[in-house]
Amino acid sequence: MIPISHYLTLGAIIFIIGSIGVLTRKNAIIILMSIELMLNGVNITLVAFSYHLADLTGQIFAIFVVAVAAGEAAVGLAIIIALFRCRATVNVDEIQLLKW
Amino acid sequence: MVLVKIIIILGVILLVVAYLTYLERKVIAHLQVRIGPMRVGWHGLLQPIADGLKLLVKEDIIPEKADKWVFILSPIICLVPAFVVYAVIPFSQHFYLANINIGILYIISISALGVYGIVLAGWSSNSKYALLGGFRSAAQMISYEIFLGFSIIGPLMLAGSLNTLKIVEAQSGVWFIIYQPLAFALYLIAGIAETNRIPFDLPEAETELVAGFHTEYSGMKFAFFFLAEYANMMVVSSMAVILFLGGWKGPFLPGIVWFAIKVGAFLFLFIWLRGTLPRYRYDQLMRIGWKIMFPLCLLNIALTGIIYYLFL
Amino acid sequence: MHQIFFWGFALLAVFSALMVITRRNVVHSALFLISTFFWVAAIYILLEAELLAAIQILVYAGAIMVLIVFTILLIHVEETKIINPWQRQRPIAILLGVFLLGEIFLILSRALFPESIAGTALQQVAQEGNTEAVGKLLYTKYLFPFEVASILLLAAMIGAIVMAKREIEK
Repeated sequence: MIPISHYLTLGAIIFIIGSIGVLTRKNAIIILMSIELMLNGVNITLVAFSYHLADLTGQIFAIFVVAVAAGEAAVGLAIIIALFRCRATVNVDEIQLLKW
Repeated sequence: MVLVKIIIILGVILLVVAYLTYLERKVIAHLQVRIGPMRVGWHGLLQPIADGLKLLVKEDIIPEKADKWVFILSPIICLVPAFVVYAVIPFSQHFYLANINIGILYIISISALGVYGIVLAGWSSNSKYALLGGFRSAAQMISYEIFLGFSIIGPLMLAGSLNTLKIVEAQSGVWFIIYQPLAFALYLIAGIAETNRIPFDLPEAETELVAGFHTEYSGMKFAFFFLAEYANMMVVSSMAVILFLGGWKGPFLPGIVWFAIKVGAFLFLFIWLRGTLPRYRYDQLMRIGWKIMFPLCLLNIALTGIIYYLFL
Repeated sequence: MHQIFFWGFALLAVFSALMVITRRNVVHSALFLISTFFWVAAIYILLEAELLAAIQILVYAGAIMVLIVFTILLIHVEETKIINPWQRQRPIAILLGVFLLGEIFLILSRALFPESIAGTALQQVAQEGNTEAVGKLLYTKYLFPFEVASILLLAAMIGAIVMAKREIEK
């Protein structure tokens, strides 16, 4: 029997790795991938509580998170492609004007 | 016990896949009024073994500009999902590896990973033809995977389960192909496109792309792609048999024989199509998928739901 | 047995997650992200959420990551070696991350969790299977959020098409 705190710790570690990725990387695609990592960390927490409390609501929530992640990836990638078309770069340091 | 089963299944599948290449050459030869391989063994029966030995001892070339690790990894990514899927396929009532509740979802999600092998092979070769082949296959496979998933919802609704054994048991009376002819046709088309077979073999269109995504591959790595393609053909056929043709069910003969006969019929159909049809153009492929197959899939789901609610 | 699996999957997940944010090559990052999703799916299996594990592989590894890999190949980014104008951002970010992690550890070590009731109430779920139980809940109690999620996906789809579409010259 693994205590729930182990799962929560794992979720937290993955979430923080993702957030460090968002903060340090310059490539917009890697930033997007780091956000997916963060969402995964959250999902582990939700599912761990769902198991611990024997309540399926946590899993339902996780399914909604996956749906949101799919939408986010689609829109995010569309933005990246549009940006790349305008600026020929996906480096977020070079994309600094609000309007061009 | 389980380990023995795994070894038996893997061994048999590898053997069948090897002989599928032989069958393909032989059948196509006869379709074209040739005789096919004849030299090695009786009527060329040892040809696959000779081919395998040849590929094993060939020089294994890795292009200088290739991304070495991904180049080595991608044939493996291609092959492993094709074999892992057999874990939940029931070959007969008692002969299966795992009986899990999400059987069909497992098959679909694992076989969805094969596309990485192809895309990354195209990318890591650092060659234009390979990259184009990789692109085409990525677009084709993620599109047709959707139709593959949607077309099996009809039978799944009738079976009321994702468990492969329960789906077959639900077909004790009538096979689902009777109730779901449209779904079966859609599944077959999507399955052919998913395995990159003619008439949808655009990722490896020889006349335009040399050999597509595996242009730069040689030796055993090349053989891996080949094995993966044939193993995937068998997965698609097995799934069709489980979902539409009543799995191992049939009179007189033992279940495993019926299963083999039905899968064999599908494999023959695949080869027959290759001998008969020309290749589609890329825009035609996408148009068929999104403008014809996708609405039909949705129609089938809606019809199944309405009829199921009203009459059953 | 459970322990070994948990530690194995957890360590592999954390390792691949670290590789995602440290690799220079975007494609390698994407590959490690796919493997992270796998280990996380394995953790879901340990937590008896088999449907979610399948969804994780199907949606994340099978769809989202294919899209991301496709985009990476499409826009063909060279890893730029320009000198980073925000050199200080990295240590600050790592410091903040470690600080946040410490905070979470502190909370977790002090927190009192209610007695686990796993394995008692879930027996009913186990009888009809995880998929069926989740499905029933999703289509009864959570029907409205479910419909909202579908509208969200529709909006995302339209948004993605509008943004990525190339203007057709007339």
